[in-house]
Amino acid sequence: MSLSLDDVKRVSNLARIEISEDEVRTALAQLSDIFGLIQEMQAVNTSVIKPMSHAQDVMQRLRADVVTEIDQRESFQSIAPKVESGLYLVPKVIE
Amino acid sequence: MQWEIVVGLEVHTQLSTQSKIFSGASTAFGAAPNTEACAVDLALPGVLPVLNRGAVERAIKLGLAVGGKINSPSIFARKNYFYPDLPKGYQISQYELPVVEGGSIKIQSGEVERVVRLTRAHLEEDAGKSLHEDFHGMTGIDLNRAGTPLLEIVSEPDMRSSAEAVAYAKTLHSLVRWIGICDGNMQEGSFRCDANVSVRPKGSDKLGTRCEIKNLNSFRFLEKAIDYEARRQIEVLEDGGTIQQQTRLYDSDKDETRAMRSKEDAQDYRYFPDPDLLPLEIGEDWIAQVRRGLPELPQQMRARLERDYGLSTYDAAALTGDREIVEYYEAVVEKLPSDPKLCANWVMGDISGYLNEEGKFFDSCPLFPAQLAQLLTRIKDGTISGKIAKEVFKQMWVKASAQPVAWKHSDPGPDINLADQIIESQGLKQISDSGELEKLVGEVIAANAKSVEEFKAGREKAFNALVGQVMKAAKGKANPAQVNEILKKKLTE
Repeated sequence: MSLSLDDVKRVSNLARIEISEDEVRTALAQLSDIFGLIQEMQAVNTSVIKPMSHAQDVMQRLRADVVTEIDQRESFQSIAPKVESGLYLVPKVIE
Repeated sequence: MQWEIVVGLEVHTQLSTQSKIFSGASTAFGAAPNTEACAVDLALPGVLPVLNRGAVERAIKLGLAVGGKINSPSIFARKNYFYPDLPKGYQISQYELPVVEGGSIKIQSGEVERVVRLTRAHLEEDAGKSLHEDFHGMTGIDLNRAGTPLLEIVSEPDMRSSAEAVAYAKTLHSLVRWIGICDGNMQEGSFRCDANVSVRPKGSDKLGTRCEIKNLNSFRFLEKAIDYEARRQIEVLEDGGTIQQQTRLYDSDKDETRAMRSKEDAQDYRYFPDPDLLPLEIGEDWIAQVRRGLPELPQQMRARLERDYGLSTYDAAALTGDREIVEYYEAVVEKLPSDPKLCANWVMGDISGYLNEEGKFFDSCPLFPAQLAQLLTRIKDGTISGKIAKEVFKQMWVKASAQPVAWKHSDPGPDINLADQIIESQGLKQISDSGELEKLVGEVIAANAKSVEEFKAGREKAFNALVGQVMKAAKGKANPAQVNEILKKKLTE
């Protein structure tokens, strides 16, 4: 699969990463290399190998359904740029 | 052209855990803003999610109740999008290998009985809340809800009308409460529906382009939104237009849906397995243990009520609308096994009616099953008439409401003889002495010569009038069947 400049721009926009026209070209070259590597790996026959969704072959540990956290709002909000009535204030967003 | 409506639903049920799905913060509703948002919920650097066993267990319960497949391993994925009430920049959800796949729910809508297939049910975390009111042109963010466990239950497009969609939503709503995984509180957002609606020419087996209506938080809005949306799509198509796949919002004030975002700027969530969470293993022994803990399901219970108690499908369905109701009902029948139908009538009619009026539910019913059973026993053994029973019931209700005890499966409760006490103290016993009744009947016949004549001339109505007079003279305490008998005998003498 070959990647275009527009693909890189679209992905950077989705990820909210602002990059310059030069950087788009650099990213395109680097991403294309990575894609090439993936393509090479896909040539390996894996038909008898069970797919993994995680690099480690261990299972998720679970916690009991118990409340263990206390209210630390004051300390969390001490580093927030703007708060009011217990709310974090952010620039207006209306979809 | 005849059109067919096609509906599929996505329902977000908030799971009734004490703590959040990936953190130990409380999920209690109504706390002061951000007092239940811990470092994990705020996505502070360096924190890691740890999965709540209670949330997984509830998902397994649903899976077993709908006959779905429980996946093991099951995988968590990141759904990426940017919004201030989602501090991580992604929602932890499931994409491939959700906890539950497949299964079905049987619904009844009027005469239509249908099996709605489920696609999947997956675990995910809820986002926080944005408040757009007046904060000097800014938006306020409350992250208490962030990280609350949700089970999103997705159906296949198997419903063919808004009524069927409502029947499905109600059946599912009743089921999640029945198996105790969600409190079903729609005002608090514990049960939210998104409807996928499309239309197609009747007889076609190809699906039309669909629109998704977001966040319908009442059954009435669900019905109205689907009706409006189907009408809108049919109009567009009949005018020669085409339907744009888009997300729409229902405005209940204007009773219409309007576009929220369309396909061109459709979100690309770039799902990928969350490296912070290992695959979830759900062993056979765990599934077996959850299965053992499941209550008898509504469907099975309905069949049993029809079979064992001879109830109609309608009665059985009404009684199993809620687990509390049927538990109450069975406690009454246990005391009066000879007449399950009479018990059903009173539980669904009088008890339900009084509870409704006071905005209460069966778990806080002031009258105990044994108390109701005694009243019904007194109707059965002829001590009081059905009419007097209503009066006794009213007084029992008032007396029982004055006690601070509510019925909580701890039958027998106080004052088992409440009905008898009221009947006794107010002399409400039916007149069973036939001599006394005959005297009353004689007096009524003497005082109503005109009705007697009419009856003899063949007018049945006149007879009923005379029965009424006798009942009145007996202050309702006569047995109507007995009055009929004596009156008939006297008039034909």
